[in-house]
Amino acid sequence: MAEKTEGIGNRYELNKNLAQMLKGGVIMDVTTPEQAKIAEEAGACAVMALERIPADIRAAGGVARMSDPAMIRGIQEAVSIPVMAKCRIGHIVEAQLLQAIEIDYIDESEVLSPADDVYHIDKRKFAVPFVCGARDLGEALRRISEGAAMIRTKGEPGTGDVVQAVHHMRKINQQMAAIASLREDELFEAAKKYQVPYDLVAYVHEHKKLPVVNFAAGGVATPADAALMMQLGAEGVFVGSGIFKSGNPAKRASAIVQAVTNYEDAELIARLSENLGEAMVGINADEIQLLMAERGR
Amino acid sequence: MAEKMTIGVLALQGAFDEHEAMLKELAADYREIRQRKDLTDDLDGIIIPGGESTVQGKLLHDLGLFEPLRQKIIQGLPVMATCAGLILLAEEVSNDKPLLATLPVRVRRNAYGRQLGSFAADGAVAGIGDYPLRFIRAPYIEACLATEVQVLNETAGHITAVQYHNQLAMAFHPELTHDLRIHAYFLEIAAKRKKLALGA
Repeated sequence: MAEKTEGIGNRYELNKNLAQMLKGGVIMDVTTPEQAKIAEEAGACAVMALERIPADIRAAGGVARMSDPAMIRGIQEAVSIPVMAKCRIGHIVEAQLLQAIEIDYIDESEVLSPADDVYHIDKRKFAVPFVCGARDLGEALRRISEGAAMIRTKGEPGTGDVVQAVHHMRKINQQMAAIASLREDELFEAAKKYQVPYDLVAYVHEHKKLPVVNFAAGGVATPADAALMMQLGAEGVFVGSGIFKSGNPAKRASAIVQAVTNYEDAELIARLSENLGEAMVGINADEIQLLMAERGR
Repeated sequence: MAEKMTIGVLALQGAFDEHEAMLKELAADYREIRQRKDLTDDLDGIIIPGGESTVQGKLLHDLGLFEPLRQKIIQGLPVMATCAGLILLAEEVSNDKPLLATLPVRVRRNAYGRQLGSFAADGAVAGIGDYPLRFIRAPYIEACLATEVQVLNETAGHITAVQYHNQLAMAFHPELTHDLRIHAYFLEIAAKRKKLALGA
């Protein structure tokens, strides 16, 4: 009889593996069990359970915290796909609560108000996996050294403006290409410059990619936005406010899912983009006061 | 001299890159299947990767791949399916609706619970030997529904890998290991069928 083998290192590998299973997929923000079901039926590979989508957090102002565990449980019961939820940056106890209700992935997220203005959570102490946002390679590798098993761009959440997600994805890829082009004896200086551990720089140098899966997030609102992020090298896409702030969420969600699978087929994406109804209204990322992406470096 | 083979890798969603990396190491040609036009008659086998079975099932329908793929498998196209792929092939899913329903087994989705239930194990796969097993929100097989279904592995009291003629399916992920033997075995199945087809 085969025996289960367990250990923290092993757990981290299993957690990175779950992100690998999400690749090529769309993770959708949902606020109710009904929305979660619509998302699952439209082809979401996971849902992010939260009380308010980023656009509404932005509109409401005030302190945004982890969602009510009862609300998250309701969504866990409604769907069979993985359920993620957000905790505040540095809020160790919110993360512990999410682990206690057996969440599949914790997003230590800049969308919520940070609980700690210096430190992120030591994610290596947890058995459940974490995904974290990053604007550049330094942030991405710092989050990975803290134990993140998946990375996403920060973008500018709740805006429906994809410009920041594009900026972050390009920057991470440019910085990885730059590291890949260095001589081996130059990697020590690169680790210093990016303020990250040498081993992670050496990994990027050898593999020309992050050691974990990297999704796009922040401002994705249309099938074309999602396909754009895939063409720029994202391994999958988070769609936050873009779906349930639009006129026909089920149709738009399904179109975005197909656009991510066939992100290079412009004819298909053109057909998918027909008659989707109102897209979320959107705010230009440079017209807003609160830059969530600035939170947690 | 073996004939050149091309393996299709269903690339709708999930860990298809990892399977492609294994095929590359084994020097096998492959093509990604993302649309109906990719599913051509020259394929010698197809791999259905891990991912979310609900997503892959929906995309198979939306992209017009569902029935053509199902017919190819019924007609004997060798198929290797991992995790979500096993769910796609199963004739019965005890806690969800069946999808391609070509493999006479009954599976349970998310049989070990949520991500905290994911685990690694060492086990033996029939015909292969000791093999590292990784289960990620995995299903298991509750029952085989035909006598010709060969059980290749049982872990913690449940069947997790089977072969039924041209169909090789497992709840764990050989593509997440560095061990090429199961993929090599699948290529043998594909090569045998190609040889038979050419001889006929």
